[in-house]
Amino acid sequence: MKSGTKPGLNRDYRLPASEGEMIFGTGDVTGNLTAVNSGWRTFRPVIDGGKCVRCLLCWVYCPDGVIGKEEKDLTVDYDYCKGCGICAHECPRAAISMVREVS
Amino acid sequence: MAIDYKNLSDRELIYGQKSCPGCGATIAVRLALKILGERTFVCLPACCVSATTNVYPETSFFVNNVVTAFPATGSTLAGMAAAAEMQGLEDVVILGVAGDGGTADIGLQALSGLCERNDNVIYLCYDNEAYMNTGIQRSSSTPWGAWTTTSPVGGTAKGETKIRKNLFDIIAAHRVPYCATASTSYPRDFMEKIAKAKNIRGARFIHIQAPCPTGWGYPAEKTIEYGRLAVESGLWYLAEYENGEVKLNLHPPKFKPVEFYLKGQHRFRHLTEEDYKVIEDQRDQEWALLEKKIKS
Repeated sequence: MKSGTKPGLNRDYRLPASEGEMIFGTGDVTGNLTAVNSGWRTFRPVIDGGKCVRCLLCWVYCPDGVIGKEEKDLTVDYDYCKGCGICAHECPRAAISMVREVS
Repeated sequence: MAIDYKNLSDRELIYGQKSCPGCGATIAVRLALKILGERTFVCLPACCVSATTNVYPETSFFVNNVVTAFPATGSTLAGMAAAAEMQGLEDVVILGVAGDGGTADIGLQALSGLCERNDNVIYLCYDNEAYMNTGIQRSSSTPWGAWTTTSPVGGTAKGETKIRKNLFDIIAAHRVPYCATASTSYPRDFMEKIAKAKNIRGARFIHIQAPCPTGWGYPAEKTIEYGRLAVESGLWYLAEYENGEVKLNLHPPKFKPVEFYLKGQHRFRHLTEEDYKVIEDQRDQEWALLEKKIKS
């Protein structure tokens, strides 16, 4: 369930091999994601499309902006969701449940 | 300007940053960039946002950003505004994002200069009420009674002993074109203020309260709940200063008891009933001052 409009992991990125390749500063481009945040999570939010009325409160309150609203049902980018649970806590219709991750 | 969530862009201009789960500061920056758009140049001093977005080799801002020295946000912004003007860039927004320490303590002199010169920038101060990035040290924005590592609890010590600085009044006293307070729990109000500030020329300042689960000591999912309780109990207010007049955006008809806000937080758990009374008295004094300003 990967949302199409969200930025994604830059899989082509390689760390500089030598001192000559290194750039000055913290990064050479804006928006270069080299690691996912999904490992931070203990619980994952699951949206029940049947209960959701698209009030978009979860979308606006999400600190990481992982909830996508382009498709018919709201989507979650599980690569960058940290599982904080704000969306489930604030949902007025209780349409989001936090499900424990299983390894 | 009315904000409709449906019409806002789904594109994220800050993404994949390494801030704590449930971070209020990230909500503030994300919503601000939603309104300001991609022609924004961001300036950050040492703060939570700069430390979590620029972790080598990762850069989580999808707009140009510069990380500057701790006291230099105001002066760097003034330079960026001058450069934009010299190059004839009319459609850009120069945005400064700093924490409460970098604004009220360390960056205050540069910010005061910026407001006096009326440089064409927006300054966003997200207030998590301590130096959270370095591990919860007190700042001049820490509320009375709060525990931090430098205002400890135990023996005769009962947390922070001083009343917080009122940054809104300080900046309004510079007679800037626009100055406002906001809260991450009231996103529509905040985004309307950002949209209003975008269309004004000159120094614009927005002070947003951003609850911090790590420093305040509450579960990550309650960030929005505590921000809302702060406003409902009168410990934070949503106001605007424009054309020499102070306007209140939300006046709770009756304040909620402060216990609701204070009890769940680790930093206030040592407070007793008498301390709640002290906090309520401070709140009433603050509101009396505010109401005087609104009437006159």
